[in-house]
Amino acid sequence: MTVLFYISSIVAIIAAAMVVTRVNATHALLYLVLLFLSIASIFFTLGAPFVAVLQIVVYAGAIMVLFVFVVMMLNLGHEAEERERTWLRQGVWALPMILSAVLLGTFLYALRTPQQELAGIAIGPKLVGVSLFTTYFIGVELASILLLAALVAAFHFGILPTRTEASNEYHTD
Amino acid sequence: MNTIPINHALIVAAVLFVLGAVGVMVRRNLIFVLMSLEIMLNAAGVAFIAAAYKWGQPDGQTMFIFILVTAASEVAVGLPLLLGIYHHYKTIDTDRVSLMKG
Repeated sequence: MTVLFYISSIVAIIAAAMVVTRVNATHALLYLVLLFLSIASIFFTLGAPFVAVLQIVVYAGAIMVLFVFVVMMLNLGHEAEERERTWLRQGVWALPMILSAVLLGTFLYALRTPQQELAGIAIGPKLVGVSLFTTYFIGVELASILLLAALVAAFHFGILPTRTEASNEYHTD
Repeated sequence: MNTIPINHALIVAAVLFVLGAVGVMVRRNLIFVLMSLEIMLNAAGVAFIAAAYKWGQPDGQTMFIFILVTAASEVAVGLPLLLGIYHHYKTIDTDRVSLMKG
């Protein structure tokens, strides 16, 4: 189980690095699916089988499908890949990498001492359900309100104006 | 019984978060910015599950379910917004759509 944790962590980190550096959006999406699956494996090794399955169902199954649909609808094509290559010159990565390396360095410095290790037990769905419906019941209600708001917003944003309305209303530069 | 040192799991979460942050900063294409945001949210979820593993409580998994809800609604709102931007400005370059009207 420990070996599985380290293997899936390495796969997750490599997949995340590949997502960020691809020029083709579909390639990045496939690496993102791989990232979600490896994170689900990490969750399983950390004694959380319920959220491991939930990660696959919701993230890899629903959110990634939305991304794939949008990328297919945008239909970017080969000129988009060439444009991405011109945008992703070597100099672009320098300052964000330096800043992020400093940030990561502070994280790693803070995490350098091994913490007290406890026995790994698997926390199943029943305990999570009890926690959701007793302690965090208000959170469940707020989550449902948030989802309703997102539904209304998605419906509203999904209504695209026709070309004539858009050209009359806005001034693009 | 084999146990996983908790700081290793938190290191994994930190590395994933920083990779997502670099992606948000560097990429100009809005799709890639949204994908990098998803990486960051997943990294926060790994940190929560690691904490739940350490303390043996289900609260970390409950928090991850709320993170799932937040990420799903963010994607549900952000993707139609992106489609609207593409429909109107004919570009999804964040440097081009960076001006607000008025």
